[in-house]
Amino acid sequence: MTDAASSQHNQAKREFLTFTLGEEEYAIDILTVQEIRGYNAVTRIANTPDYIKGVINMRGVIVPVVDMRLKFHLGNATYDEFTVMIILNLGQRVVGMVVDAVSDVVALSADDIRPAPDFGATFDTQYLLGLASVAERMAIVVDIEKLMSSQDMGLVDQLSSEAV
Amino acid sequence: MSIDLSQFHQVFIDEAYEHLDAMEQLLLAIDIEHPNLDDLNAIFRAAHSIKGGSGTFGFSNIADLTHALESLLDKLRKETLPITHEMVSAFLACGDLLKLMLEAHQDGGDLDEQRVTDMKTLLLSLGEEASILEDSATHTPTQSPVTTYRIRLHPDSDIFSGPASFEALVADLSRLGTLILIADQGAGRYEWTLTGSVVLQDLLDTFAFICQDYEVTITEEPAVVEDEGFGFFMDLPEPSSASDADFGFFVDESELPASQASEDSGFGFFVDETELPAVKQAQQETEQGFGFFVPESELPKQAASIKESPAAVAPVPVSAPRKSKQADASKAHAETSIRVGVEKVDQLINLVGELVITRSMLAQSVSELDPVHFETIHKGLVNLERNSRDLQEAVMSIRMLPINFVFGRFPRVVRDLTQKMSKKVRLKLVGEETELDKGLIEKLADPLTHLLRNSIDHGIEIPEVRRAAGKPEEGTITLSASHQGGSILVQITDDGAGLDREKLIAKAREKGLPLSDNPTDKEVWQLIFAPGFSTAKEVTDVSGRGVGMDVVQRNISEMKGQVEIESAQGVGTTIGLRLPLTLAILDGMILRVADEVFVLPLTRILESFQPDSSQMKSVAGQGRVVQMRGEYLPLVELHKLLGIQPQYMRPEEGILVVVETTQDKVALFVDELIAQQQVVIKSLETHFRKVDGLSGATIMGDGRVALILDIDRLARMHSTFQAHS
Repeated sequence: MTDAASSQHNQAKREFLTFTLGEEEYAIDILTVQEIRGYNAVTRIANTPDYIKGVINMRGVIVPVVDMRLKFHLGNATYDEFTVMIILNLGQRVVGMVVDAVSDVVALSADDIRPAPDFGATFDTQYLLGLASVAERMAIVVDIEKLMSSQDMGLVDQLSSEAV
Repeated sequence: MSIDLSQFHQVFIDEAYEHLDAMEQLLLAIDIEHPNLDDLNAIFRAAHSIKGGSGTFGFSNIADLTHALESLLDKLRKETLPITHEMVSAFLACGDLLKLMLEAHQDGGDLDEQRVTDMKTLLLSLGEEASILEDSATHTPTQSPVTTYRIRLHPDSDIFSGPASFEALVADLSRLGTLILIADQGAGRYEWTLTGSVVLQDLLDTFAFICQDYEVTITEEPAVVEDEGFGFFMDLPEPSSASDADFGFFVDESELPASQASEDSGFGFFVDETELPAVKQAQQETEQGFGFFVPESELPKQAASIKESPAAVAPVPVSAPRKSKQADASKAHAETSIRVGVEKVDQLINLVGELVITRSMLAQSVSELDPVHFETIHKGLVNLERNSRDLQEAVMSIRMLPINFVFGRFPRVVRDLTQKMSKKVRLKLVGEETELDKGLIEKLADPLTHLLRNSIDHGIEIPEVRRAAGKPEEGTITLSASHQGGSILVQITDDGAGLDREKLIAKAREKGLPLSDNPTDKEVWQLIFAPGFSTAKEVTDVSGRGVGMDVVQRNISEMKGQVEIESAQGVGTTIGLRLPLTLAILDGMILRVADEVFVLPLTRILESFQPDSSQMKSVAGQGRVVQMRGEYLPLVELHKLLGIQPQYMRPEEGILVVVETTQDKVALFVDELIAQQQVVIKSLETHFRKVDGLSGATIMGDGRVALILDIDRLARMHSTFQAHS
């Protein structure tokens, strides 16, 4: 890639959906978002981690739901008519993700996203694209596809667990 | 700009495979002594279609080979050559080679060109060999004699929608010989005479594209009859009758200008006994030429000799009318089907499922409305329910295919194996039309092939042994399929040696497999499913390595089916595979623990009951058991395994469901049984992962997800649970 092309690429803005978990603001690529809906009719699945809330019926397709507040111990995991669920479409998989609130859609260029410092244990930096400032606030830009397909989330069959 | 033909390659390849399969089936069914002309034509057409397609798409090597194949087949169908066993074998081998060539084109793989050349040479030499024989026989001409045909076209409706197709037909016919129009009766009705060295079949083929068989009558004009036709009937007493017998298909129309019978006899198959007396003569002649339906009392002596001659002298096409009708039916079937991707059908099934769920949600809301004021809505909903149920059934039936799709390959397997092992085996197929889910059909192929190989290798004895045992030399293997209640039973029955009880027991002891002192037959037969178990004295490349039966059983239980064995030594073995009708729908029992709803496969449920406290026993270290009619069943508490706070803690208050697992019977303790219901099985793994104790999920009438329990896993979870606590 030539320098000119690369700088042009950096200038191109992509849209991100921001949502809050407790005090923190997160951003994900809007192209991975299929829809946003209320939290209801979740069927619990036994013997799974507590942050996997269960499965829902998305127009005939069985889709798992994870509560990010429980997964990352942020905010209050309460369920009422204001609880929202972001339905993500990650290539082959559809996953529902419960968050505190959906905030905004922002356009960010690659230059706006700064590399993230190492946070420690809560949020592995390998799932982060970086940090961005959005209207005086800081948003953590997450590589949601990588996160959801990771072993940490326990949403996909792992070869190791399969062998047991 | 040229059109990119490569986008059609897949269509051609798919079709070519279909043609090859059809060809193979016909070849296997062919009777060498009395080949059916219809079948020969069908085989020829298949080869011809492949040749045409491959030429169009530039697969020249395929076109070359099919050309050689077609030339030989052409001689067969025109009866200038008799069909032989070598030819059938060569055709089958050629079919295999063509499949390889298609694969090579598809995957861009390499192909052994030498094999193609060899095959071409073989086909050519088969054609020549026979023509040398012919020449020495002198009477059989290689070219058709000049004949005059009278063609009468009388379609049900005017088939010439535009002038173009009529002109095309006239052009086609003119190419075959000198065409003279005799009458134009309007509405697409015409009469011609055609003179030339043509065989009838070519004429029929020309018309096959524009109208139904019965809509055209082609008869041979007597004026230029050449008695020598094919030279078979030289010394018959009455030359004119003999000429009729030439093809065995048609009679002299000149004697009966407007007879309906002669029309039928144009094909020789559909002779109507209730014809007017005036045409009786014609019928008789047809019958004579054909060798069938001879009313003996009316038959003159001369005619009798004619009747017998063809069969004795040469392979005049002798075919049962029933068979040709069948062929017509299957042909018609192929023409009216379309090729649709499975994912489209599955999407349709999903959508209909959604519709059904939406309807029941609507029904739930409407039930709260006053029936007096909202009568039309209630009525509408009843209609909607009926329609959506019909729609669901119709859509599900799209996925259903006749089991023939898997049975169809076995005649070839049997032929190849029996030749290799010099055994004689007749394969009988029963219930090929039985329909089951496409997904099951695909998964059934491997286990069935394995069982069939076993039957041929281990079951059926070699001819000498069979003769000594007083059995016919030729063994019989019957493959049957039938509906039995909600499941399908596929059975492989052979009349071979049967399982050797003593040998199996000895082998089991030698291998150290657990076996009771006085095992029942059922227990002994189960031994063959143990991995690595084989009683074969020597390992052949067909079977005997002891891998297989365990795989068969695993495959079948993956399909939620069971394997049943019946065997009697010296009499034979029957292996039955019991399968659910479809993988997409499950007959389920809906049950409840606290406010969570689950589905249990109905086929696994033996009974359910509420125990009293005297039936509940505690066994140290093994948890609780329940006594039922002298049996002690382990108590599996669903709420403990799934971590639910149940409504009832004591089994005496809830209900016990006795279920059969692969190992044993267990009593599953739940709060309540709700209803028996058919549910659509949805995979958890599409967007999630496999969860222990669950085999899938389904969507209930209220739109919520209910989980389907995997009984075998639950029973195992129960044992580990007991061990840990």
